[in-house]
Amino acid sequence: MEILQFSFMQNALIASLLISIICGLIGALVVINRMVFIAGGIAHGSYGGIGIALFFGFAPMLGASLFALFLGIILAYITHRNANRLDALVGALWAFGMALGIILTDLTPGYNVDLMSYLFGAILSVSTEDLYAMSAILVLVCGFVLLFYKQLLAMSFDAEFAKLRGINVTLLYFALVLIISLGVVITIRAVGLILVIALLTIPPYIAEKFTNSLWEMMIASTILAAFFCLSGLFLSYTFNLSSGASIILVATLAFCLQLLVEKVKRF
Amino acid sequence: MQNDIILKDLSFNYEGTPVLENINLHYSKKDFLAIIGPNGGGKSTLLKLMIGILKPQHGSVTLFGKSPGQVSERISYVPQNTFTTKGFPIQVLDIVLMGRLSKTKSFSFYSKNDKAMALKMLEKVGMETFAHHKINALSGGQRQRVFIARALASEAEILFLDEPTASIDTAGQIDIFKLLKQLNESIGIIIISHDINVAMNYATKVAHVNKTLYLHDVGNAKNFAIFDTKETPVHICPIELITATRCTHLHPKQS
Repeated sequence: MEILQFSFMQNALIASLLISIICGLIGALVVINRMVFIAGGIAHGSYGGIGIALFFGFAPMLGASLFALFLGIILAYITHRNANRLDALVGALWAFGMALGIILTDLTPGYNVDLMSYLFGAILSVSTEDLYAMSAILVLVCGFVLLFYKQLLAMSFDAEFAKLRGINVTLLYFALVLIISLGVVITIRAVGLILVIALLTIPPYIAEKFTNSLWEMMIASTILAAFFCLSGLFLSYTFNLSSGASIILVATLAFCLQLLVEKVKRF
Repeated sequence: MQNDIILKDLSFNYEGTPVLENINLHYSKKDFLAIIGPNGGGKSTLLKLMIGILKPQHGSVTLFGKSPGQVSERISYVPQNTFTTKGFPIQVLDIVLMGRLSKTKSFSFYSKNDKAMALKMLEKVGMETFAHHKINALSGGQRQRVFIARALASEAEILFLDEPTASIDTAGQIDIFKLLKQLNESIGIIIISHDINVAMNYATKVAHVNKTLYLHDVGNAKNFAIFDTKETPVHICPIELITATRCTHLHPKQS
């Protein structure tokens, strides 16, 4: 267990667990509400925020968070108004954010070495401040889910009925999208914006097959996400591989296994 | 007469295509109102306007003297489509509990009382043994019973149902209608039904909706004298076909 002696490794392990709980809770809501594409749009679009932050010289994660919230509001508004052409609009925002990010980093003097870490994650260089930020968002996500569990379940299941039972579905939906935005951005720190969607969707997808309720699905997703993160981290340390990509490869492998098991079961 | 629902000059169109025109209706919750009419005739639209899911473009809907949004906890609803997201992990009891949302505390989980009520309603629709089954494992008819139980759990004063017996066999349909008839002793029932025969046996009023609305009083249907008219009614009235009598009301000529 010599790897645990390094402080960067300790930070990485703590970050993995924090991220896993965030992904487990948010991912389940993303999957049951069919918001995977929206989450993807926010993740990629938030790169625009990183560009803005680099250009104006403030913390990139702050830029990404604010920009993700901005995109979240736009997307929530669009989905709420007209869900018909949602995919095209998300695609446009997705590309807009990335293009803005690239142009602004181009315009920023000096080569920025950190860039790759936002694309593919840098869980091994997570700082103590990052851990604080992750903890804060975790508290926010947990609070939101615990306080509004039955309303979230009712809205996800049947929004019309939920509205009829006096729930402010519009407000709850906006809040959900904003919470997802924050969760997505903080997960970017660990696995990067390109891979975040896999960590957000694979655990809930597997979990929903063998669970009986939303909260069971959330817990199972959290455990699966933690397993993917820790084993991915171990593989990346042992074989000197990129950490974010290792985590996602373990996750996708489990995803394929699950599909295979399902196919075999049908016979 | 007590008027729990008043529809006044109600019109609605989807992107310019008129679906409902000039609907007027007075409803008291003593009545069991069946809404019948052809596909695309505007039945579901009318129901959604009444409960406030859709907003009228012209005219007004008044529920208990207020707009539908203000009294949503006094009504409940069984939707037409009960086939939910495939694989969504949720148990029958958790769905029925959603009916309790407006009666229970906001920032906590459901109480024991809510759960007892939900189980009682499942018993009413004969689904109590399925409380802990996943909804996706149930048949269409079983799902519809669960959704009826969910609406009952709201303890509403008027229950709106959009073809709740569409995938239920005839015996099951009669069970549901009997239950609704019994509920109608204390609460209002407004139901869209494709089966005019069954509806006629339980309803006290029948509204035939095909862009416009004609209200029939079922109670008198068998007693009234043959409607003597020199004008041929232009609206083909299914009520007349079944009762083999003429309606008491005048069908205005359709232009």
